[in-house]
Amino acid sequence: MEVAYLIETVIKVVVVLLVFSALAGIGTYFERKVLAFMQRRLGPMNVGPYGMLQFGADAIKLFTKEDIIPSNVVAPIFKIAPVITAATAFIAAAAIPFLPEFTIFGYTVHPIVSDINIGILYILGVMGVGLYGPLLGGMASANKFSLLSAARGAAVFISYEVVTGLSILAPIMMVGSLSLIDFNDYQLENGWMIFNMYGVGFVAFILFWIAGFAETGRTPFHLIANDHEIIDGFGTEYSGMRWGLFFIGEYANMFFISFVIPLLFLGGYGDGSFLGAMALLGKMSFFFFFFLWTRAAWPDVRPDQLMWLCWKVLMPIAVLNILIAAIVMI
Amino acid sequence: MNNEAFNNRDVSDSYFLVDIEDYPTEPWDKFKRVIKRTFRIELFVGLWVVIREMFKFDIHTISYPEEKMPIGPRYRAIHEMKRLWESDTERCIGCGLCEKICISNCIKIDTRIDENSRKEVSEYSINLGRCIFCGYCAEVCPELAITHGGRYENASDQREHFLMYEDMLTPLDKMTAGTQVEFEGFGAITPHEDERVKKTPLAY
Ligand code: SF4
Ligand code: SF4
Repeated sequence: MEVAYLIETVIKVVVVLLVFSALAGIGTYFERKVLAFMQRRLGPMNVGPYGMLQFGADAIKLFTKEDIIPSNVVAPIFKIAPVITAATAFIAAAAIPFLPEFTIFGYTVHPIVSDINIGILYILGVMGVGLYGPLLGGMASANKFSLLSAARGAAVFISYEVVTGLSILAPIMMVGSLSLIDFNDYQLENGWMIFNMYGVGFVAFILFWIAGFAETGRTPFHLIANDHEIIDGFGTEYSGMRWGLFFIGEYANMFFISFVIPLLFLGGYGDGSFLGAMALLGKMSFFFFFFLWTRAAWPDVRPDQLMWLCWKVLMPIAVLNILIAAIVMI
Repeated sequence: MNNEAFNNRDVSDSYFLVDIEDYPTEPWDKFKRVIKRTFRIELFVGLWVVIREMFKFDIHTISYPEEKMPIGPRYRAIHEMKRLWESDTERCIGCGLCEKICISNCIKIDTRIDENSRKEVSEYSINLGRCIFCGYCAEVCPELAITHGGRYENASDQREHFLMYEDMLTPLDKMTAGTQVEFEGFGAITPHEDERVKKTPLAY
């Protein structure tokens, strides 16, 4: 029993790692294509049919590129920072049920690495630790732009942790559990979270979604690595696979957030049938697509506007939301 | 076509000031502005515009090496040396004006007296690494001999990169086929020049 469990877990970990590393690569292809189409361009076209092998070429480039450690950096920290970003993204994935459980060759597979009873707390916590990637990388880089980006990163992540945490509190009060599987089952009985409780769920959903953009550092809140003002921010001094790890971390994070939002608010995989699983993947794709969509459509906000939005708008709304949820529940 | 549209530089009647609201100073006004901006859903207009373009799929990319943009006939790229239509001989008379005017000193020309006691170009090269494609040489040439052409892909493995007289000269078979193209840009004769030209009095 113990051995079987161990083997199963190891296999699941490897599968998640491989699938999402590959997805991160394919995600870049989709991002480039979607952005290109929205801007009336063609995007990558030359490597493989319709440029489909572009991410393979990019991977080869990243893997074989020289790994440069600039002379003034704090080498050990500089080296470990990208690993933190990538690792925390994948560690957070341990508590996400990617699909409903299914049976294969008479063996029931739970497509979640570990259904711990504090799932959401764990995911948010570990994703919060992801802050140390940009922070340490930026501070160790001996580069002013990286330093700026690290400062911004710390400010943004810490502020939006607050919004994420508070916005999720109201749904947690309703469900009474922190496990994502319990969330799914609750929504199966009571309908999707966003339609629950006179709009409390909906407000929480919007807040969580907005905060998701900040957590992943995507476009309206892309100021941590804003190419046009601070080069690549914390990634400026990195090259080769270390930079690639930052990249994989960012895209894996996008995928995981895209999984977590429907699981929390949009009914997850429903009754666990094949259709439900497909529905979850569909919802996930929408949220992933939305990340790309906003990048084509929306401008970036300034750091002070971002802070303003967090502390003066989103946080009060989140607190009010919890209050209303509490009143309704009583 | 008349020149009125170009000569009329007074555009004041078609100019207007954009309406810009005063910046709110009172907290209440600021708050109202935030609310107004929040619920005017302009963000979704942006989303709609880009998704509309995505589905319209009106792609403007030119896949460059396979497809090329048409370039104008007056485009100033690699030089060409033209021949006379009547006799197929070279137009260049070796006057050296192009060498003299070239502001980046990249034309080198040498001449000699040939067996018919005529001046003949013995050496002519343009250093494309220095040429700024200003078109002065084409403009100054009294014989319409040196002109610009449309070849713009001139990558080379070193900075000095010379264009020789023979490379620029229109090949003879092209002349026989009658496909030499006159350059319309710098130095070219304006259309209907024959009608406008005045006779020079012989007394000069
Ligand atoms: S185009 Fe200008 S720079 Fe080039 S050869 Fe002619 S005169 Fe010289
Ligand atoms: S100006 Fe014209 S005619 Fe004179 S040398 Fe140059 S190319 Fe020949």
